[in-house]
Amino acid sequence: MISIDITKKLDSPTGPLELDIQLKVEKGQILTIYGVSGAGKTSLLRMIAGLMKPDTGRIVIHNNTWFDSATKTDLPPRRRKVGFIFQDYALFPNMTVLQNLQYPLGKGQDKVIVQDLLSIMEIQNLQHNKPTTLSGGQKQRVALARALVNRPEILLLDEPLSALDVSMRTRLQDYLMRIQKAYELTLLLVSHDVGEIIRLSHAVCRLEKGLLSPPESPLGFFHIDKASGKFLLEGEVIRITRDEGQLVVTLLTGGILLKMLIGDKELGGIKAGDKIVVAAKGFQPIAYEIIRS
Amino acid sequence: MDWGPLILTFKLAFITTVVLFAIAVPVAYWLAYSKSRIRPVIETLVSMPLVLPPTVVGFYLLLAFSPGNFFGNWLEEWLGIRLIFSFGGLLIASIIYSFPFMVQPIQSGFSSLPVSLKEASGVLGKSRWTTLSRILLPNIQPAILTGCILSFAHTVGEFGVVLMIGGNIPGKTKVASIAIYDEVEALNYPAANAYSLVIILIAFSLLLTVYFIKGRHYKNLFP
Repeated sequence: MISIDITKKLDSPTGPLELDIQLKVEKGQILTIYGVSGAGKTSLLRMIAGLMKPDTGRIVIHNNTWFDSATKTDLPPRRRKVGFIFQDYALFPNMTVLQNLQYPLGKGQDKVIVQDLLSIMEIQNLQHNKPTTLSGGQKQRVALARALVNRPEILLLDEPLSALDVSMRTRLQDYLMRIQKAYELTLLLVSHDVGEIIRLSHAVCRLEKGLLSPPESPLGFFHIDKASGKFLLEGEVIRITRDEGQLVVTLLTGGILLKMLIGDKELGGIKAGDKIVVAAKGFQPIAYEIIRS
Repeated sequence: MDWGPLILTFKLAFITTVVLFAIAVPVAYWLAYSKSRIRPVIETLVSMPLVLPPTVVGFYLLLAFSPGNFFGNWLEEWLGIRLIFSFGGLLIASIIYSFPFMVQPIQSGFSSLPVSLKEASGVLGKSRWTTLSRILLPNIQPAILTGCILSFAHTVGEFGVVLMIGGNIPGKTKVASIAIYDEVEALNYPAANAYSLVIILIAFSLLLTVYFIKGRHYKNLFP
């Protein structure tokens, strides 16, 4: 069980912000923190990792107190069993992939885990490469593997997949699920990719105005469970136009542009740039085979 | 030509560079990562030798080292060291005078690295010392080399400080720049010319190395 109860005053781009966060996560859960940029999501992860100091409160991970302002406990990052995937991956440029993975090994620690991780992440053939020669997706897998060498009790991912294209993202989500199951990891993920959240996480919290909402199931969180349709499309609103009195929403979903009509009432507060979910109700889809395998 | 002054010059420059490296790394580390309020003060102090006339530095060191003063007296009474007009004194003066040339490149080397590298090493369970020796320093090799070469070259080119506190003792404090001055005073132009040419040649090749390394490094980083 992970139990976090902290406060922290931050200077965000939109002015001062006071984080007041209570959070409990069960072991082996994947929890996503959702929120606009500047909401303090990254700061929350940094405080758990020990890279930023909360003003007050406690961080207790599996019965170990990592931070407690009352007893002035504040373990440095190196004494917290935490894996952190940085947005820029932070691979050491002077080392090969293999050396990057061997770096965290403690004295006398079994080296088998390095080989295991290389094969789980399918990066054995890259092990003698330097990070500068790797693609974004490969760097991501190396960073993920490296974070796991020390068997962290909690893995923190700060929008890890945001820089990757859709197909690479889906593959990496599979890797992530695989290692999460293999190592029974507790995962805390910062993301605002709706598809990713639904695919990966057991629960979602919204971080807004410094407060964290109680965890909800991803489908409930995005109000998808209310729809009765069989088709769900998630995408970004590109623009909203009015054509002969009808509202037309142009939606980008999975690299495909869609146009659809929408009623004034349904539109509500939706504006260009918003992430929305479109549910198609009450029709019977027919699937055609294009290529017989 | 008497090679003594040239050899002495390079001996001085070499030892200065080695000692400076050991002192400059922790100072540069602190300057690059500290959020302390006195950081600008320390930064200013480190950079002072860049703007002060060498004679100012030399003058105060002369006062400090002379046995008539408290510090010089203490050194002589307790440690039996006389720094004035000695190689040791020259070495200390050179270290102070070349300090910014070593600290600044290393400091900007540290600052140019993404902070995430340092943080990642900590999160991966490594101490600050391991992070410094295995992550930070290896990734700023060109900056270190630049600092070393500049400090070395700057020590070779020193004149004012040496003249103030070292004097002109053959084999002990008579470095090349002093020897050149000496030969010119004695109207022995061919000797002055010989020393000067050697110095120019060395300075040129040292600086060329710096720019060569810099060019190559950036090419490697951004092919």
